[in-house]
Amino acid sequence: MSAAHPAGGFIWRAACRVAPVVLGYVPVGFAYGVLAKNAGLSTANILAMSVLVFAGSAQFIAVGLLAAGASLAGIILTTFVVNLRHLLFAAALSPSLGSWRTRDLSLLAFELTDETFALHAGALRDGPLSRAETLAVGIMAQAAWVFGSALGAVAGASVGDVRPIALDFALPAMFIALLAGQVKSRTHLAVALFSGILSTALVLSGVDRFGVLAATLAGAALGTLWQSLTKPTSS
Amino acid sequence: MAVLDQTDVFVTIAGMALATYLPRAAPLVFLSGRTLPPPVVRFLGFVPAAVLAALLFPAVLAPGGGLDLSVGNEFLLGSVPAALAAWRTGSFFGAVAVGMGTVAALRFFAG
Repeated sequence: MSAAHPAGGFIWRAACRVAPVVLGYVPVGFAYGVLAKNAGLSTANILAMSVLVFAGSAQFIAVGLLAAGASLAGIILTTFVVNLRHLLFAAALSPSLGSWRTRDLSLLAFELTDETFALHAGALRDGPLSRAETLAVGIMAQAAWVFGSALGAVAGASVGDVRPIALDFALPAMFIALLAGQVKSRTHLAVALFSGILSTALVLSGVDRFGVLAATLAGAALGTLWQSLTKPTSS
Repeated sequence: MAVLDQTDVFVTIAGMALATYLPRAAPLVFLSGRTLPPPVVRFLGFVPAAVLAALLFPAVLAPGGGLDLSVGNEFLLGSVPAALAAWRTGSFFGAVAVGMGTVAALRFFAG
């Protein structure tokens, strides 16, 4: 499919692939900007967090903790734990990136989120990752995130409540759309159901920081075990 | 509303940036191009589905922090058309738009 495009059309191909995430990131970034503004962050800091951290859920959590007067160390530790799942994303992509230079890998890592990882993992199923296209996907996604944050920071005081326009559902809706693209077998469906229910149970029992990571590890381990029992020779 | 010291906030953001970047970068720099054992590759192949579900389910089943399986849970109701749109049409944008539209409409008519 991509062979039909002229060389150098990677910007266009990246834009097509990242478009759905851009359409999700602008409203979610907007919601983050509004919340952060109302929590008392300056516009410069709201943008700094979106540029330097670029991690949706961690940014929402940090804004809540800052507003609640949590300690610096507490917020950084929480961010670390919440974002440990990125270790798995990076590990999953790394075997196919052998020819990449460290400089490009460093940039790819900076742009690695739940959503861009899902896009990269999807592209990887169609063949090797194109370096320029993959990096462009990340940069465009972050540009959308920063743009949405800026709109939210500016509109912050006058919006106040993001509920009537359902901006608080933009993130779950994006997870649904990404998940639909990842459920490629019954085993994947079972893993998703198991991890989702376990994660919910952990949240309900008060394990809110390690919950997502623990549920991910347990679900993926169960899927691996099941696959090796039923199809021991395939990889 | 508490008055935040913006310098403290920025120092916190810098720390968050480091705490986020290290787990993202370390495996790429140290593992890239290496051949991982097949069970590890299989395990990592399940990670996208597992992590997305682990993020999604609590947000939808317990949006207020407590389990809510009632028809008053707008997120749960909104998820159904969003999932159907994603599954039947394969359209990412369609799924997000249908989900947000449903939640906004439920709030408009019910609240």
